[in-house]
Amino acid sequence: MRSTTAPKFHETKKFKENVRLTIVTLLLIAGSTLILLPLWWMISTSLKSPAEIAQYPPTFIPKEFNFSNYIEAWQTAPFTRWALNTLFLAVVGTIGSVLVNSLVAYAFAKIKFKGRNTIFVLVLSTMLIPGFVTMVPQYILFSKLGWIDTYLPLLVPAFLGSAFFIFLLRQFMMGIPNELIEAAVLDGAGHLQIWWNIMIPLTKPALITVAIFSFNGAWNDLLGPLLYINDESKYTLQIGLQTCKGTVQTQWHYLMAMSVTVLLPVILLFFFFQRYFIEGSNLSSGTKG
Amino acid sequence: MKSSESTLVHTETGSKVIRGSKTIETARTKGLSRKAKDNLAGYLFISPWLIGFLGLTLGPLLFSLAASFTDYNITSKMNFIGLDNYKRMFTMDDLFRTSLFNTVYYVIFSVPLTTAGAIVLAVLLNQKIKGMKFFRTIYYLPAVLSGVAVYFLWMQLLSPSTGLVNTMLGWFGIEGPAWLFDPEWTKPALLMMKMWSVGGGMLLYLAIMQGVSPQMYEAADIEGASPWQKFYYITLPMISPIIFFDVITSTIGAFQIFQEAYVMTENGSGGPGNSLLFYNLHMWNNAFEVFDMGYASAMAWLLFIIVMVLTAVNMKLGKRWVHYEGGDGK
Repeated sequence: MRSTTAPKFHETKKFKENVRLTIVTLLLIAGSTLILLPLWWMISTSLKSPAEIAQYPPTFIPKEFNFSNYIEAWQTAPFTRWALNTLFLAVVGTIGSVLVNSLVAYAFAKIKFKGRNTIFVLVLSTMLIPGFVTMVPQYILFSKLGWIDTYLPLLVPAFLGSAFFIFLLRQFMMGIPNELIEAAVLDGAGHLQIWWNIMIPLTKPALITVAIFSFNGAWNDLLGPLLYINDESKYTLQIGLQTCKGTVQTQWHYLMAMSVTVLLPVILLFFFFQRYFIEGSNLSSGTKG
Repeated sequence: MKSSESTLVHTETGSKVIRGSKTIETARTKGLSRKAKDNLAGYLFISPWLIGFLGLTLGPLLFSLAASFTDYNITSKMNFIGLDNYKRMFTMDDLFRTSLFNTVYYVIFSVPLTTAGAIVLAVLLNQKIKGMKFFRTIYYLPAVLSGVAVYFLWMQLLSPSTGLVNTMLGWFGIEGPAWLFDPEWTKPALLMMKMWSVGGGMLLYLAIMQGVSPQMYEAADIEGASPWQKFYYITLPMISPIIFFDVITSTIGAFQIFQEAYVMTENGSGGPGNSLLFYNLHMWNNAFEVFDMGYASAMAWLLFIIVMVLTAVNMKLGKRWVHYEGGDGK
């Protein structure tokens, strides 16, 4: 780079900067290839014939595209049923999560009540408790309540708020001017009305973020259904997929076709709403300093 | 619970009434002072969280502490057995030691690797390059993909003979290991999988880096600072609060590794040579395979203590190197 015969321009700041940016770009391209190759591999495998999968060296582009793999894989198990179950849980859980977390966050952001700050510290500190520590007693509790093999253990917690979402929404609500609320109070509005009529519309971007994260979380949840659901007709996609591993072991074309199908809604959601994914992750850093 | 809250609010109202007449005047129409109404509304609004906290966090925590001193197994009655469960962990249960070792191994490697990876990525993605938005999207994508499908994908990628990973190693003349079938390579395999989604942590760093004022870098440029010096003396101190936050949360997260091992080994068997028998997998097997709830509770509480101590140590150490803007630094 710093050859002695090089003309003066090579030594300029601009040139050095360009070299640096080119190196960074090349690194980023290499990195994105490494990120995307596994996904490409999944799609490619899902379309191959079993014979082609066993071939060495492996092919990157399938010789023939067996789209029928998708239909056959879907028919190996009651996937339609499982998909509807998952959708139901994800939608109901998301509605609960959006409503309850914003209600709780509103109180922490805008209502001055006794002990508010102490309780808020308590909310944050629950984020430090590993979920596995409360899992055994929660299982015992839900089994005593007769909730095993029902959706209640998966849905009820969504209606009881989550520390991370409360924190995220509170950060967002803190940015909304108090004057708006004062004015509404003078007009005789109660907190419930202020929350519904003022806060919900004004915090829409943050609520969409919470909705997307909740939906995604419910869609990908394996642990909950694994613990609480026994009846195959009540399975979700995750637990259904997990049980497929045994029955279609090493039939990679089917396993990959199922995996692509289960991941597709998440990938689509991500590309449509990536702004909210990215803002959501950024918001949680709002505590700096 | 709710009744005790409202009594609390009423006493508050009572004292207000006695103290001053001005507050009463403003809220005479509704009978309650503004402050009392706010107290009532506040507690009502946060009541879902309070119920969840008492019922799903604090209650269970205390219950498992109590259960850890018993031989509770769901069907029989609880018998108090003192510290037997804790003794059993350290003296009789070889798998406990294996699982603790595996978990600590995973934490020790995954936390620094993911933290450093996220920082390096954030630095690369914080440059003025065309198509940066595209790159950020791609790098973040794996972070939203999780669950069984992703574990299946990696089982296929890590397949010894025809998997993508060993195929790529083959290009460089390297004969790849058997990964998930070789006890020596199972944990590195999971670390590699973890690194694929390192872009999730990157966003936090990127957000903070974009908040650093350009003037600081310009000033450093005038002084003739190298890119490395600028990173070390400007960027690193600025992002240190996030590193701190990231290290604490990812340590807690890494201690909870479970699903990967559960799905990628034969239904939680722990993999070849128990090399993927992690702490939570062992606890899970004790709790939900043999229903030894007392013992599992003791394991849960030990995990809680380990994580809390580590968090406290992190917080203590953090005071030395975390730089807070506006604070006096030390």
